[in-house]
Amino acid sequence: MTAATVDIDHSHAPAAAHGDDHGHHATATGISNEKVAMWAFLGSECLLFGALIATYLVYKGRSINGPFPKDIYDIPFTSASSFILLMSSLTMVLAVSSIERNDHKRLRLWLTITALLGSSFIAGQIYEFTAFVREGLTLKTNLFGSSFYVLTGFHGVHVTLGILMLLSLVNLSRRGKITQAKAETVEIVGLYWHFVDVVWIVIFTVIYLIP
Amino acid sequence: MAIVLEPSPNSPALPGGAIAVRPNPVSDPGVLRRPVESTKGIVSWLTTVDHKRIGIMYGALSLVWFVIGGIEALLIRLQLAQPNGDVIGADTYNQMFTMHGTTMVFLVVMPLSSAFFNYFLPLQIGARDVAFPRLNALSWWLFVFGGLFLYSSFFLGGAPNGGWFGYAPNTSITFSPGHNIDFWIFGLQILGIASTVSAVNFIVTIINLRAPGMTLFRMPVFTWMTFVASFLLLFAMPIITVALFLLMFDRNFGANFFNPAQGGDPVLWQHLFWLFGHPEVYILILPAMGIVSEVLPTFARKPLFGYPVVVFSGIAIGFMGWGVWAHHMFAVGLGPVATAAFSVSTMFIAVPTGVKIFNWTATLWGGAIRFTTAMYFSVGFITTFVIGGLSGVTHSVVSADTQQTDTYYIVAHFHYVLFGGALMGLFSGFYYWWPKIFGKMLNERIGKLHFWLMLLGMHLTFGPMHIVGLQGQPRRMYRYDKGMGFDFWNMVETVGAFIIALSLLVFFANIVITSRSKAVAPADPWDARTVEWMTDSPPKPWNFDVVPTVHTVDEFWHRKYAEDDDGTMRRVATAEQVLTHDPVDPASIHMPSPSWWPLIAAAFFPVTGYGVLYHAWPVAILGGVGIIAGFFGWSLEPSAAPHDDHHDDLGHDDDPNSSFGELVAGTAH
Repeated sequence: MTAATVDIDHSHAPAAAHGDDHGHHATATGISNEKVAMWAFLGSECLLFGALIATYLVYKGRSINGPFPKDIYDIPFTSASSFILLMSSLTMVLAVSSIERNDHKRLRLWLTITALLGSSFIAGQIYEFTAFVREGLTLKTNLFGSSFYVLTGFHGVHVTLGILMLLSLVNLSRRGKITQAKAETVEIVGLYWHFVDVVWIVIFTVIYLIP
Repeated sequence: MAIVLEPSPNSPALPGGAIAVRPNPVSDPGVLRRPVESTKGIVSWLTTVDHKRIGIMYGALSLVWFVIGGIEALLIRLQLAQPNGDVIGADTYNQMFTMHGTTMVFLVVMPLSSAFFNYFLPLQIGARDVAFPRLNALSWWLFVFGGLFLYSSFFLGGAPNGGWFGYAPNTSITFSPGHNIDFWIFGLQILGIASTVSAVNFIVTIINLRAPGMTLFRMPVFTWMTFVASFLLLFAMPIITVALFLLMFDRNFGANFFNPAQGGDPVLWQHLFWLFGHPEVYILILPAMGIVSEVLPTFARKPLFGYPVVVFSGIAIGFMGWGVWAHHMFAVGLGPVATAAFSVSTMFIAVPTGVKIFNWTATLWGGAIRFTTAMYFSVGFITTFVIGGLSGVTHSVVSADTQQTDTYYIVAHFHYVLFGGALMGLFSGFYYWWPKIFGKMLNERIGKLHFWLMLLGMHLTFGPMHIVGLQGQPRRMYRYDKGMGFDFWNMVETVGAFIIALSLLVFFANIVITSRSKAVAPADPWDARTVEWMTDSPPKPWNFDVVPTVHTVDEFWHRKYAEDDDGTMRRVATAEQVLTHDPVDPASIHMPSPSWWPLIAAAFFPVTGYGVLYHAWPVAILGGVGIIAGFFGWSLEPSAAPHDDHHDDLGHDDDPNSSFGELVAGTAH
């Protein structure tokens, strides 16, 4: 994530560029640049995961040697960690709602819980990867190994980046940098977080649930 | 993160700590001193975030790559000039055609389009800059480093040699054991990031930064085509990113994606590549179509015929471009259903393209035409693009395509659309907009010589390829035998290629002569129509003293001309009168300040590339840390250095947008 931001003066009459209204950016749509950029970026991400999921589907059931998915999947365990990740979307919404109500303590509380839930998911993924490697499935073993690790690995990296962003928000909030007027910053991080969750629903269905 | 400093004025260690008391601050709470006051010299270019300067740099570097890619083409043509040629060996030949294709697509046509996007997109919509100027600078520097990384392969064991589409498993470690392909993978990854970032940037700019009154359907066609091409980039780039990652995992970490011994499917690579590759074709051509749609109305002195239809055709091409990719793969044997479907969709996409051709022709019909050099190139674009388009439609007929696949007929086709099409359109843009960018006119007489040489050279080089292609001369073969019937036309093609090279020298001579001339271009040399001409040439850093309110597509024209009682358009104002306005204090316009961070962050990308390529993991980690550190430094730096009329000490705390940047920075503490 490149968290780049700018301040171009969008005021169209030069006289209006001054003073108090400096912070109010009149964009042509009324939606901030950062939010439109995040939506565009997520659109691009759809194709990234789309291509990875398509690759997984193409190679589903085409491995020549084992271990095969049915040999090593622990579906109850992964279901539990998926549930944890999905719940983090709920806490993310609560965080956004808190800052919109100017409740900074709850903002930090819910952000921290969201980050913890995300970290639990990542911990579960690390445990799962380790267990699979012990049972003989590596990136090199077969098509299943290659496509499984690359797809879930890419998702794991996305969750990790999200956790970094959440912790940064907590830190900023502690320093008083996230005012109610900046609630949108939390919302934009939330967009990313929900996207990563939604993608996991697809991945989980595709690789664990469809036989 | 040791290099990140607390952006608080209370911290005694800060170089910017004195901001509050300095009358005219030259530094800010970033780590690096910000060269806010330099507008000249090398530092001002290295740190610029001005879309116009970035556009000029894109254009200049693309022309350098054009020369290099052209030299590669000349070597190919020298090798093929005579039967059993002995100029370069087979291995060098493979590197030459791979690098020629990769260079011309990724380092010439795309960035040349990007040069025009950068320079003219904000001007055409009446904006002061793009939405994210530092991200724009990041795209530019990634383009620089991506290209240098790719070309460093020549000095590090050999350039990529797997063709510009790098078919796996030919490019897998078994068949391509050297580092050649790795350079291609990481080079394209870096260039892909640059393209994705700029696509996001341009999309946001067009959606959000339009001048008052500029509705979507009052945007100039070039802006529209930029918009469509940006969406294509946004959605196409991640697909090749994935394909390149899969190949990278295969080559460097022993994965099996394209390993037939493990059941890996070579066709998967082709699907992924062409699902990117075909939208890419429209990414290359749409900007040129946009330029032509600006030039023709200007020099026909008529509005573009059927503006909404041209725009909708562009959008339709953008959508349908996603449904034709498998026509690159008819010879693979995809089965009758897929083949038939892609055959029909390929025929169908000729419809919106044809609509555009008719609209351009109708724009010329009955116009008061002035044949300037820009007009020559635009008309040249239409004619050669029609030929290339028609030969393209022949590929949609599967039985014909099966014969044409991997012959010079294909090479002829795509050079007619990409050289005769895209590059002609881009040259039209050079002649049309040169006075806007530099305030001087390119010499028209030399320009027309350039045009005729280029057109002649183009047809001599690529025209005969249709013939030898249908006679069966295969692509990518470094030799052919005597007596195959290829000898004469191959010699003609080589002569044609050198004529193209000569025409390019004429163009460069024109640039040199123009730059030495003292003659200054008038404010409105072409009697132009659109908003980018409603400011100085070259424009001030903030583009417009007063941002115009837009009422129509041809806003500038309608301020100069009005209909009289009997329905004729009569000039009511000179360009100078239109451009006159009350004096504006430049200090009242806030622009983003220059920054070192885009350059620094981009410079670490190739470091990571070399690290993974040579499996030198500490280097790769250093690169990764450098990238992250670059972004942290970036995030801590407000987009605009504090201004003395901001009544706050931090300079950025009143900026609601900076919090998202600080967000990442927050982890540093």
